[in-house]
Parts: sequence; structure tokens; C-alpha cells
Amino acid sequence: MAERILMKGNEAVAEAAIIAGCRCFFGYPITPQNEIPEYMSRRMPEVGGVFLQAESEVAGSNMVYGAACTGARVMTTSSSPGISLMQEAISYMAGAELPCVIVNIVRGGPGLGGIQGAQSDYFQATKGGGHGDYRLLVLGPSTVQELVDLTMEAFDLAELYRNPVMLLGDAILGQMMEPVEMRERQPRADLPPKTWATTGAMGRPKNVITSLYLDPAKLERHNLRLADKYRRMAAEQVRYATHMTEDADVVLVAYGTTARIARAALERARERGLRVGLFRPISLWPFPYEALAAATAGASRVLVVEMSLGQMVEDVRLACGDTKPVHFYGRTGGMSPSPREILDEIVKIVEKGA
Amino acid sequence: MQKVFGRPEALADVPTHYCPGCTHGIIHRLIAEVIDELGVRERAVGISPVGCAVLAYDYFNCDFVEASHGRAPAVATGIKRASPNTVVFTYQGDGDLASIGAGEIVHAASRGEKITVIFVNNAIYGMTGGQMAPTTLPGQRTTTSPRGRDPEVAGHPIKVCELLSSLSGPAYIARVSVTNPANVAKARRTVKKAFETQLDGKGFSLVEFLSTCPTNWGLSPVDALKWVDDKMAVYYPLGEYTKVPEVG
Ligand SMILES: Cc1ncc(C[n+]2csc(CCOP(=O)(O)OP(=O)(O)O)c2C)c(N)n1
Ligand code: SF4
Repeated sequence: MAERILMKGNEAVAEAAIIAGCRCFFGYPITPQNEIPEYMSRRMPEVGGVFLQAESEVAGSNMVYGAACTGARVMTTSSSPGISLMQEAISYMAGAELPCVIVNIVRGGPGLGGIQGAQSDYFQATKGGGHGDYRLLVLGPSTVQELVDLTMEAFDLAELYRNPVMLLGDAILGQMMEPVEMRERQPRADLPPKTWATTGAMGRPKNVITSLYLDPAKLERHNLRLADKYRRMAAEQVRYATHMTEDADVVLVAYGTTARIARAALERARERGLRVGLFRPISLWPFPYEALAAATAGASRVLVVEMSLGQMVEDVRLACGDTKPVHFYGRTGGMSPSPREILDEIVKIVEKGA
Repeated sequence: MQKVFGRPEALADVPTHYCPGCTHGIIHRLIAEVIDELGVRERAVGISPVGCAVLAYDYFNCDFVEASHGRAPAVATGIKRASPNTVVFTYQGDGDLASIGAGEIVHAASRGEKITVIFVNNAIYGMTGGQMAPTTLPGQRTTTSPRGRDPEVAGHPIKVCELLSSLSGPAYIARVSVTNPANVAKARRTVKKAFETQLDGKGFSLVEFLSTCPTNWGLSPVDALKWVDDKMAVYYPLGEYTKVPEVG
């Protein structure tokens, strides 16, 4: 078994990426993720990789686009306002089908907002963000170990589907220190060869990477083909975890950092004899609709807990339909809910029968 | 019989969409000839802009990437850093390079990025129908400066070679035109120097072409060439702006 070491979430992401074969990193400083570019600036030269601090997130994400064109394993990391600037390149990379990993260590918004952890970029991450009909694979880890494991896996998934993959963390997870295992890892064996890469047309016909289709019929065909791929991703990449949902009367739905807090609330509720369970989506796109419907089938109510004004509630309602009330408790602007507050909310909805 | 003139291998055998009298086509040919002459077609990766040259990837017979508007220098940076053995060139218009992409070109130049930039300055936005560009001359009429560009309102035209040559990063910067055979020959030598600068690992190189847009200038092809000589070349003097010192 690999040794367990104490690491900060942000630094763990960086090391995990290097272990996964990431050899190009482009980024621009923004709190609360600065430890990632700082770590990369130290480590990349040691492993023969590229670290470059870009002049902006716009440039940095377009450097990612360029490096991805060569077939390199490439990553960028940022936080909310920076991710907004990256949406241009993200849309282009989705359109041109380029693999890359993008980490968003979310902070409170809108606008310049603050620097504390938040989950208010859920819509931006899962419903688009950039222009056009496209999807990102979006993963929401809740522990530093999971952050490490999903970062590593993200590089494979990006190449498997030729699509950008986003990790959605938050300032709390990025700044938190936890023991982690850094296991050596080889890319999975079934990844398609990168015959499309633009590294010079040596001994082969030229390759072109573009997202331009001036003929609307061709553009529609391209979009429909992408849609097929998104359907495949949706079928193959649903990830979630449940805790004590089997006998639950109230099911909490929370992801990332909030899921940990919700779990603490669940334990206190159980001590009081309240039958509470937790459903934790790990893939935020594709959202685990069917699994959530199944996990809440026996419950009489659902409580969504988020560090936002309730962005995931829409997906939870889609999963549950009209079968039962879906309640929401959230803090926003960089505030996080406490287990006590969540427990109070559980008691309130149970007692009032709301 | 000996063949003395033909299509360069680096130029695809397809018709282009450029308007009659537009010098984009000549500029394409010069680049292709230089790529052939240097024997780097199989290492070359071109980056096309958003603008009239958006389809340049169809016209060159080498690997190509389409960048978003203005970001070609950043995309080129990513390609060159990830794959240093490639010979990377961007092909950008004035709106692309000097307006929306002003930040990207300044920083790529300042970093001394080992890429070659072909900058096509036609003093107007061609593709979107003739709006004002950052390089539009004072008094020049465009669809968004219908009374002529007034620097008091719209600011002054940007002299890209002069601006970038004030930086320490660039190794070779020059401005050329293709208004007559002598200028074409000089332009070809200049493009070759720019690519050689990259191949020698010396750093960033840029060639600005004063180019025509008869369509949006509302001039005949011949008058358009004359306008380049009489008006543009006065505001934007031809010549070499930054040169690496010859090591002798
Ligand atoms: C983000 C973005 N903004 C605006 C446009 C629209 N647009 C397409 S081409 C162009 C101007 C190009 O002008 P220039 O770079 O001078 O090249 P030319 O067409 O003259 O060759 C603009 C504004 C776009 N495609 N993307
Ligand atoms: S619009 Fe102007 S720049 Fe574009 S192809 Fe026509 S003449 Fe050339």
C-alpha cells in the first residue's frame, strides 16, 4: 500500500496531475487556488514538463487549447472569475473535441465576490458557461483523496471522450489538509490513439483542428455527433454515493464539501432517531437522475443542501418529479452551512410536515 | 522540359475564397514557398485567425489549427511549448491581432515565444463587412467611421511593428508590402528570415504585410495597390524594426 501523506487539497491536485502524466500547465493566479500553479512551477521542470504563467485566463486557456492540439496531457486551474474568462476556450475545445482538464476551485460570486468556498458556479459548470450546444464532464469530489483520484481519472476520461473534463471543488476543499495516498497510475489501456494531433504532417496527410462549420447542415451533423458522444458519456459516467438511504424518511442531497457537512448533520439526526439519509452526486454532469430517484423512492421528503441559492435543486426536482416535496437549505456568498443549521432544517421540515 | 514555376507543395491545390485583387492570396503563396524552401512542411503547424483568412487551413498543405478571435499567439504558445520541434506560425488580420488579441500578441512577443507571426494589415475589418480596425487610417471611411476615422473620438491607429519592437522579447520584426514584383521579392526574403529566426531558436518573429481590401475600401484592385503605396506605407513605413545582431 502506498504511503499516506498529509497534503493540502490544491497541492494534492497538482501532484495527482503530474502522476497522471500531465506535462503542460498554463494558468493565471487567483485565490483560492494559487498553490496549484505555485506547486506546478516547482515540479514541472523536475519532470520535464511545461509550466507557463499566462498573461490572463483568456490566454492561459487558449494555451491549453494549443497544447491539447498536440496531444499533450494538459491542465489549467482557476477560480470562478477566472473560469468565466476561460469559457471562450472551453467552448472552442468542446467544439474541436480536445481533451484537457480544468479545475475550478470555486469562490463566492457573482462578480469579484469573495475568496471563501462556494458552490455558486454549478449552473455555469453543468449547464454550459460558454456558447453553443456542448457538455463537459463535471466531477465534484468531497475529500482530498477523492480530489486526487478524480484528477487522475479526469485525464483518462478527457482522452476517452476527446472532451474537456472539469473538476468542481471549492476553497474549503482546496485549502483543507488531509492524509492522502498518491498511488502510481498508468493511463488506461483502451484510450484511442491521438491520430488527430497537430504536431507536423510527417509521413501522413495534414491534420486540421477546428470548430468552424460554415455550412449549417454540416454544423448540425457535427452537433448531432457530439450529442451522441454526450449521450454515451451520460450513460457511462454517472457517479454517486449514498449513505443510509435504505430506510431514510428524509434524504439529504449534497455534493462536494457540503456533503461532508450534511453527513455530520445526518449523524446527529440519527442520534435523535430521525431516519435521515444522504445522496451525494459525484458526477454533476451527467447528473445521477435515476439513482437519485431510486434512492429517494421510499422517502417522504428531500432536502437539498448547497453553498449557493439552490442551483442543484433544479436537477433534484427533475429526478424526483412531483412525487415528494423537495426542500432547500443553503448558504451563499462564501458562507457554509453548519451541521446544526442543517439539523434544524431537517427537524423543521419533519415536524411541520412541510 | 524543365519545370521552372509551379504550385508550392505547402499550398493546397484548391481555389481560395478571397475577393479579386485581395493580396491575402499572394501572402499565402509566399509563406508556402518559404516553408518548402526551408523543408519544414512536415514540421509546420499553422494557426488561422478569425477574419477573412479563417479558412487558411484549407489552403495550406500542413497541419493547421483554427484559433478563436485574437488568441492565435496563445494557441501558438501552447503548441510550441508542448511540441518544441514544430515550426509554428500564426496568420492574423489587424482586427484579430491589434484589437481583440492585442494582449496575446504583446505577451507572446514579450516572452520571446519561438513562433512566427504573419500579420496582415488591411486597415479594415474585411470579413465582417468593412468596419473600423485599430489600424484604420485617420480620415479613412469605414462602415463604423462613416465620416472618416476621427482620432479624437476613435483613437489613433496602432503601429504594431513600432509597438512590439519596443519590447525586449522579439528577435525579428519587419513590415513589407506586395504592391509590385520588387516588393513581393523583398517580402519573400523577409518571411524567410522570420522563419529562420524561429528555426535558429532565436525567438519571436513577426512580419507585417500591408495588404489590400478592394471590396471594403471600395477601390479597384489597381487603385487599392496604389492606396497601399500612397497612404498606408506613409503611415506605416516599410522596413526592418527589430533584428537579432548577426553573430560574426
Ligand atoms: C469573439 C468574436 N468577436 C467578433 C467576431 C466577429 N469577427 C469576425 S472577423 C472579424 C474582424 C476580422 O478583421 P481582421 O482581423 O482585420 O481580418 P480581415 O477580415 O480584415 O482579414 C470580427 C470582428 C468573432 N468571430 N468572434
Ligand atoms: S473582404 Fe477584403 S480582406 Fe477579405 S477577402 Fe475580400 S478583399 Fe480580401
